[in-house]
Amino acid sequence: MTTPTTPTTHVRPNYMRIWLYLFVMTVAEVTLAFELPVGRTGKLILLLILAIWKALLVALFFMHLKFERWRLRLIFIVPLPLAAILVTVAIMEKVF
Amino acid sequence: MTHATQSLDQMRPPFPAEPGSGVYSNKLGMWVFLASDVMFFTALIGSYIILRFGMTTPWAQPGAVLNVPLTGLNTFLLICSSVSMVKAYAAIADGKKYFLRKVPGKTLQDGGLKFWLLVTIICGAGFVGVQVVEYIKLIGEGFTPAGYREASLLAEHATADPIKYGLGVAGMYGSAFFTMTGFHGFHVTCGVISMLYLYFTKVLPEKYSAQDYRGIEVIGLYWHFVDLVWIILFTIVYLI
Repeated sequence: MTTPTTPTTHVRPNYMRIWLYLFVMTVAEVTLAFELPVGRTGKLILLLILAIWKALLVALFFMHLKFERWRLRLIFIVPLPLAAILVTVAIMEKVF
Repeated sequence: MTHATQSLDQMRPPFPAEPGSGVYSNKLGMWVFLASDVMFFTALIGSYIILRFGMTTPWAQPGAVLNVPLTGLNTFLLICSSVSMVKAYAAIADGKKYFLRKVPGKTLQDGGLKFWLLVTIICGAGFVGVQVVEYIKLIGEGFTPAGYREASLLAEHATADPIKYGLGVAGMYGSAFFTMTGFHGFHVTCGVISMLYLYFTKVLPEKYSAQDYRGIEVIGLYWHFVDLVWIILFTIVYLI
């Protein structure tokens, strides 16, 4: 038999502001990729930072991970280092 | 119910949580599925990175083969669908089941669950439609999962400028591109079909309430994840 726990409340984020951030960063990405005179490595790093930043905004505010308990966040976080290990091992296999 | 007395701008669970995990089982199940999907897409993206950066022959330059402005529009559509999905979630959490209602004293209309979920479905279907148009256009120009089709427009361009079009690795480029974007498109299609099902069987008959809207939260999690994956794919496949 399960007993419902007391619901917790959080202040709702401003979703339209998050949408605006995502839109501006997408425009910035396309501009950076095709218009700005930045070196290849610098462009690669900046584009990856922008992409990860956007993904974090979606995960934290739209998927509400920022307001979830740690045990639920862990379900989403645990595959990430595993995935990083998978890719690193595969790259090492290719390089060596 | 305690839910009815809470103020409108507060977030609270759509259903009492189970002890242990701290969330209700449908939501926990979706999170576990998303965790497995993280691994699935990581395998695809990881393979792409290894194939691309492990090659001595350069890949096609960004924008040489793929239509970035068209895909930029698609990215915008998916971001809009993500915000409309979360607005649908917020609407039903506040008990707004209706389509549109006038805001007293303003010319604006206030959207309810029926409105925002319909916007999400239209944006999602629009994304799939644009992707189909993109595929048809690319295949018509000669870009296939096997590389550049012989005697096609792109094959001619690639022969004239093999560095810009990555002629030496066109086969790998084609297979990686269609596999990654194809699987993502499949996820979007599944999401649109699921939302249509919910719309006609639960949302229009007003089966959700401010006390129980689990289906909206669970499909919302899936939809935002699909958006999140596209954000990464767009950067890696189209811009780098």
